[in-house]
This record gives sequence, structure tokens and C-alpha cells, in this order.
Amino acid sequence: MGMNSETKLRKFHAARWDEQLVFEQSVPGERGIMVPQPEADLASLPGQKAAGAMKRKKAPNLPEINQMKVNRHYMRLSQEASCAVDLTLNISEGTCTMKYSPKIQEHMATNPMINEVHPMQHPDTMQGILEIYHKAGECLKAISGLDYFSFQPGGGSQAIYTAGSIMRAYQRANGHPEKDEVITTSFSHPVDSATPSANGFKVITLMPDAEGYPDLAALKEAVSERTAGLFITNPEDTGLFNQRIKEYVKVIRDVGGLCFYDQANANGMLGITRAKEAGFDMCHFNLHKSFSAPHGSYGPASGAVGCKEFLKPFMPVPQVGFDGDKYTLDYDCPQSIGMVRSFLGNTAVVMKAYMWIMQLGPAGLKAAAIGAVLNNNYMESLLKKTKGISIKYGEDKRRLEQIRYSWDVLMEETGIGTDEVNYRVQDFGIPDYWTAHPPYLIPEPMTLEPADSYNKEDIDEYVAVLREAAREAYEEPELYKKQPPFNAVTHRPQWPMVEKEADNACTWRLYQKNMEKRMVKK
Amino acid sequence: MAPKKTHEQFVSPYVPSTAKVSKEAMMKEIGIKDDMELYRDIPDDLIYKEDLDIPAPYVDEFSIQQHMTSILKKNANATDYAYFLGAGCARHHTPAVCDEMTGRGEFLTAYFGATTDDRGKWQAIWEYQAQMAELLDTDFCGFPQYDGPWSLSHAILIATRITGKRKVLVPASASPMNMKIVDNYTDGVTERQAELVEVAYDKKTGLLDLKDLEKKLDNKTAAVVIENPNFFGMIETQGEQIGKMAKKAGAEFIVYADPISLGVLEAPANYGANMAAGDLHSLGGHLAAGGHQAGFLGLPDDKKYLSQFKDLAVSIAPTIEDGEYSFVWYNFEEGSYGAREEANEFTGSACNLWAIHSAVYLTIMGPKGMEEVGNTIMARAQYAAAELAKLPGVKVPFAGPFFKEFVVDFTGTGKTVAEINRALVDKKIIGGLDLSCDFPELGQSALWCVTECNTQAEIDMLVAALEAVLA
Repeated sequence: MGMNSETKLRKFHAARWDEQLVFEQSVPGERGIMVPQPEADLASLPGQKAAGAMKRKKAPNLPEINQMKVNRHYMRLSQEASCAVDLTLNISEGTCTMKYSPKIQEHMATNPMINEVHPMQHPDTMQGILEIYHKAGECLKAISGLDYFSFQPGGGSQAIYTAGSIMRAYQRANGHPEKDEVITTSFSHPVDSATPSANGFKVITLMPDAEGYPDLAALKEAVSERTAGLFITNPEDTGLFNQRIKEYVKVIRDVGGLCFYDQANANGMLGITRAKEAGFDMCHFNLHKSFSAPHGSYGPASGAVGCKEFLKPFMPVPQVGFDGDKYTLDYDCPQSIGMVRSFLGNTAVVMKAYMWIMQLGPAGLKAAAIGAVLNNNYMESLLKKTKGISIKYGEDKRRLEQIRYSWDVLMEETGIGTDEVNYRVQDFGIPDYWTAHPPYLIPEPMTLEPADSYNKEDIDEYVAVLREAAREAYEEPELYKKQPPFNAVTHRPQWPMVEKEADNACTWRLYQKNMEKRMVKK
Repeated sequence: MAPKKTHEQFVSPYVPSTAKVSKEAMMKEIGIKDDMELYRDIPDDLIYKEDLDIPAPYVDEFSIQQHMTSILKKNANATDYAYFLGAGCARHHTPAVCDEMTGRGEFLTAYFGATTDDRGKWQAIWEYQAQMAELLDTDFCGFPQYDGPWSLSHAILIATRITGKRKVLVPASASPMNMKIVDNYTDGVTERQAELVEVAYDKKTGLLDLKDLEKKLDNKTAAVVIENPNFFGMIETQGEQIGKMAKKAGAEFIVYADPISLGVLEAPANYGANMAAGDLHSLGGHLAAGGHQAGFLGLPDDKKYLSQFKDLAVSIAPTIEDGEYSFVWYNFEEGSYGAREEANEFTGSACNLWAIHSAVYLTIMGPKGMEEVGNTIMARAQYAAAELAKLPGVKVPFAGPFFKEFVVDFTGTGKTVAEINRALVDKKIIGGLDLSCDFPELGQSALWCVTECNTQAEIDMLVAALEAVLA
């Protein structure tokens, strides 16, 4: 019953509600909710009249909609969103580690015992939050081998940015204002280039060598007395572990630089290999990736940033302390970079990560890492045999948690490439996949990451869809001429993105100004 | 506690390959006999051979729930304490429909997704952008930033790039926490990206001291920043005048606003702000121990500003089907995903779930709800301030209209704010933010916050409690 168990292809069709924009549903006078009113005794007070000249003259043009319809509207929008981990096989978003977020975490996170706590109330009245921070920090210390973690950054990019701020403060404190360059690699996440740049560093990017690793010879050429540090991912987006990572660290160390290990791709390495042994001074983990907290449609996230003891004075304030009896928040850190995120960071995300670690323990974390790598290698073994796909670099090498595949053969042989396949797969109920961050060093890219949550049958289904899409490209290319997807929520857009310099329709008023006239009416 | 197991013995509902049959079948396909063969390319000296030094797990769901409850119950929270603490994270009512939607797995557990298969999510986020622009009465709004101060920092750097100048005037009364974040963000390696210069506040009104502004404002100034309401809670009634002064000097005018005030307070764009920044938290966010912060930035439809925007947004665009529309990314290639270090600053996963939350909030409140909630907040805050000022030795030092927060000076009581707040905790009250370290010139003052969640009865209870504490 249900999905054909031989072909493993679903007769999928996404929900389509043909839902109007919220502004188009407004009925004057309708109310979505009633709000508390001032008590009778307060009637003599001026209330909003006190605003005087600052009083709003014209009410905001927000819709007026009754509550059932508001609820229904957003329910329908949620039905028209079919990429969530809760709903489908999100093996698609490689580099993002889309794993299952255990529901018990969300139930705890919406409990008033965390959800109705103020971040500035006295630390004595929120020992529970601080205990979670302290204990989660102890866990990440063990996992990385580093000495201190801050959970203030509200995402992976912000964590890497924080590492750049720490690097800047450290080099300045040590009398090295001339150190104004950082080095990163082209297969590291773009944010390893962008955040040091936002910190004011000049950025040097190493291209891959013939084996797909960042060019070590080029690194030796690039370093100088101006080198402040290195930002490098391992494994990079190829999924290949950089075996010579310690040599890269040494090259940087020899010129007085600091080394930051971008551990966004840590999912296959928990309990297997650590930042400390590779020689790094700092690292970060994405708690919303490797540690199971949900991605929330692109945040709230949490980037835990870790360092060795000698960098702790530069870490953001407040720092969580523990004297064996009581947890404290310490602001007295004169060398600290200050703050990067309000209050304590995304507390609930930290709690969810802590819960995940505490449900797995040392053996479970290792089992999860192995599960992720096993899944990835199993999937590779199947996709290797799929006509149209090739895998660049690292022949005979094992990959860790993800692989950047290439549809170059398919493109060459059929004229159908990764963008077309990416639309077609949606017809079978799997989300569009991540191609690659620009530039496309691997042609016709497709980056897949079958995280530890997926089982063999999930992977088999996913592979079956890719094989079917490739088969059609060879045998029924006319199908692609009709421009799939056919069964997804909408047809493909006329243009995939709006460039910054073009007129946009990012708001209702800009839609009316720039786009309405360009929409063809049915 | 479960007995110690090796990773081969461990079974987890979250890791299906811990089921032996599947694992063996996959290992067979790969051609390995031992799972550690998967890591053969990691050098042996980098393989960690010990067990991680983390506690034994609570493997079953009941046990982890108990463990977490035992920790979390150490937190005082708003179900049994009365909160009068704001400072960027005030207690406001969360409509149930907001929680309903942010709890939907379709939103909660999604990430990027294309318009073709994740359209509903992008529409919800577009509706955030569009409704936020209406609330701000401005043209453009994109994905939220990490938090309010991050949005403010971005606005400041936009101003420096537009003007080619680096001096930025900020109020001396600004939120110290926000300024810590702005200060680090506008730093640089060889030179700062923005030089922050403080403008004094008027000791009587708590508003910006226009004489000091005039003195510091010159043709090297990139931007003038105000908060409205300001950190002391006061409504900056001189907003229009400050904007005119800034523009006359060739500087950008940036206003940091509290969005829940905008049903009753004028939108910054309407008194001359070029850019309006702030934090979405007050739009019905939970206190969430600080986990519900998210920044917004409203910009005019002018390439001068939009070309400097750093984050992503979604724009309506037509599909290949007549009359059908979809939502496509704006600023992807030019942002840091595409342009890496060449991009304006950087972007990354920030707070889109809270954008959806804010979208639902603005829809459900509508113009009438926004006005009424603003009015209730102001009336109750006025009541509380007047009642507190009647207590012996207690003063409300700043004269003028305020929104939901106000400074209360306890110097005359002979007690410190720390002492008072400690005593209030015993009476199940979380008092105002102690200002005595950051603003020593205000003596033993605290920033108190009253919202639609603080009833008259609760305020009366507070006054009685304070009376006892101060006696």
C-alpha cells in the first residue's frame, strides 16, 4: 500500500491553496484579537494622548482579519511549505545537517520555566539557565578538547564573526596591529571569508589543489608577518578530511597567527576527532546542525564558539562561571571584545543541544557520528553507480558526512544539468537540493548530506528519485522541456532571483509600485 | 542512569543505523567489516581513542524530561513572579496563534528551500517584510538580523558607506548593552569602521541635549542615532528637529524604535528618519531568557540604501504560469553567500522563525490592536510611575512623556537598587534594571517597565511591597 515499494517513487502532490496575500483578505472592522484595556481607575490618565506631537497620525496599513481566518491563512501557508525535516527527506540541504529535532526538546523549550524567564533577572533567580550553559559548555569542551565555550553568538556565521573579533583583539593586545590579513579556503563556507572581512581583515582565499584540498604550497606563499590567522573548515564541502591539517596549522603558527576550525561540518566527527589534537586555538559548532536543534526556517540558531585558555579573556561577556555551588555571570573581563548578541544568546537552542547530548552520551554521540558517515558512504556507493553522476577528487578516499556530487556527465550527454534535475526531484516529494556556494568549482554541483537521522530505506528512496530523474533525462528528455516541477507548490519562477540593482517587490507597497503591472492576469 | 555501553551496543530512536540489520546491510554495500574503517583517511594521531568525558546519558524520554525539569525549576519565571524588568526584553502577551504557527514543524524544522516547494514559508516571511514596512511606514524590509543592536550596527555602517564618513553620534543615554554590540561591530583592524561619539542627555528630560548635539555635529558626521522611546523610556519629542539638524549637516538620521509602540507613536520615517532599526521582541515575543530577540531594519526604496543592504529578502516574482506568483531571493548573489568577502558585511541564519511570529502578530493585532495595546501600556506605565513617585524618598526624575519604561530614583530612600531588588524577589517581584553602574550620575536609579501584562492590581501589589521594603 502507499508508495510503490519496488520503484520507491511516490505519487506526490504538494498542497496548493492558491492563497491570497494577507493584505488582500482585510475586512475593515474585523479583529484578530482583543487586547487588555486600561482599568476604569486609569481612565483619567492621558494614555496615548501623552505622546503629543509624536502621536502617530495615520494608522499603519495592517490587515484587519478575524482570528479564524488569520489562523487558517498561516495554516495554509504552512501546508504550502514542504521541505521541513518533520515532513520529508531533507538529505537535500548538504552542508546544513538537517537532522531530526526530537520533539521532547520543543516541549521543554516552550515551558514557562525557560520561556518566561528574563535574561537580566538576577543570576541567583535563574540558576537553571546558567547550569545548562555551564554543563553544555563542559560537554563541548570534551567534544572539541578546547577549554572554554561561549554560547552568545546567535548563529554559525555570528560565531565565526566572533572568532574574527577575538583574533583582532588578541593580535592588538599582543602588539601586532600589522596583522591585518586572514587566510581561508575556497571550499570553506563563504562566511569564513565574509566575517573576517566584516571584522576589517583583508582576506586571502586558497584554491584547491589537484586532490581537492586547499593548496598547502600556496598557503606557505601566502603567509607573512601580516597574517593574523586561518579560517578553515574540515572536512570541507567535498566531505574529504584534510589529512595534513596539522601542517596548515603549523604554517600559520610559525608566523604568529591563530587558527580557527570551522566545525559546521562536525556531524561525522563527534567523538572521533577533535580540534585540540589538530592544533586549533578556536572552533565553533552549529548547535542547530550537529546538535539537533531545529533550523527554524533560517534561525533562531546558535553558534557555540570555543577557545583555548589563553583566549578566554577575549571572549564575549557575560561569561558563565561556577564555583562548585553557584553559577554566576561575570562581566569583569577587561580584554573582552564586549558583546556580539543581546543578553545570553539563544538560550532555548542551547538547551535543545544539551538535551540531545544528554540523551546520547559518549557512546551515543559516536554512534550518531558513525551513523552519519555510514549513511553518506552508503549513499555514495549507490550514486556512484548512477548514470550521469560523477564525484570529483578523492577517488578511493572515504568521505565523512557529505559529498558534493556533479551532474556534469548528465549535462554533457543530455544537455540537462543540475538546475533541471533539482526541479524534477520535487515532483517526488523530496526538497530541492543544495547545489553549491558560488563559485561552482565543481560543475553541475549537488551537495547531499544524509544525516544520522535517516535510515537505509530513506536513502534508498532518495537515490531512487535521483536515478529516475537521470533516467528521464536520457530516455524522456521532452519531459524536461515541459519545465518541471509539476507537483510542487508552484511552477518555477520566471527568474530565480531578484538582483539587488533591479526593482524588487519585497513588500506590499513595492509590489504595487514595481511588480503588479508585470503580473499577467489569468 | 543507563549502564555504560560501547557505541556498537548503543541503540537510539534518533539514530536508526543503531539497528543492526540496517547497519550491516549498509556496511556490506560499502564493503567494510568494521565501522571505524569509515575513518581510515583520518590520520591515527588525530583519532580520539578515549570515551568522551561527558556524563552517562538519560536515554529514555521520561528521564531526560525529569532531568531538565529538575534544572529548569531553579528559574524564577513569569507564571509566579510579577515582572517589571524590560531593557530590551519586556514581557508582552503572546497571542496563541503566534505560538501555534511557530510550533508548526513545517516552519520550525525547515531551512532554505526553493520557492517551488517551500513557497508557503517564503510567503509568510514576505508577509513579515511587508507588514513590517507598513508598521514602519517605509518601503523596504528584508529578513531579520540577529537582534536589534545588530540591525542598528548595520544601519550605522550603511551610513558610513553612503557618506564616506566615519563619525557617528550616538546618545549617551543609549542602552549600554546595545552599545557594546555596536562598538565591537563598528571596530576594524587598521582603523575603526565608525567612530562613535556620545551626545549628552538633558538631565531634566532625559532626552537628547540639542546643544551638545549642535556642538558635535559637523560635516564629518556620517549619522545621528537616536532611540525612540529612548533607553530611559522617554519619548524623544525632538525627533523631527534632530532629523533636520542631521540632514543639514549632511548626515543620515537613524532611529532605533520599539515596534510595539508604533500603533501610537509616529513611525520614524514620518519625522525624517532615513533608516529605522530595532528589535522585534516586543511584537509578542516570549521572554525566552533572551532567546526571542530579532532585529529589523526599514529602508527607503532608494538604490543608495538598498545597494548597501547586507541581508537576504524575498521578493514576489511571476512564475511561468500566467497569473501565478512566487517568492524569490533578493540579494543572494551580491550578499555574502555569493560575493564572500566582497559583500557588504555578512549574512547568515538569524531569526526567520521570529519573522513568521511577527507576521502573525501584526496580522492578528491589526491597526486597532496595535493602537489599543500602545494605549494600555502607556496608561498603566503612567499609573505605575505616579504611584511609585508617591513613596517616601522615591523620585521619577525625568519630566515628559514616556512609553513603557521610566527611571525611578531610590537614592532618597537610603537603600541601594540591589538591596531593594533582592528584597522584592522574596515577594515574588522582579524589579527594574539597576542603572547605578552604567549611569552613576543618576544615583541609585533603576529602569522600571510596565506593559499590558501588568494589571492595575499587580501595580498596586508592587507599590505595597515596595512600601514594606523601603520602610
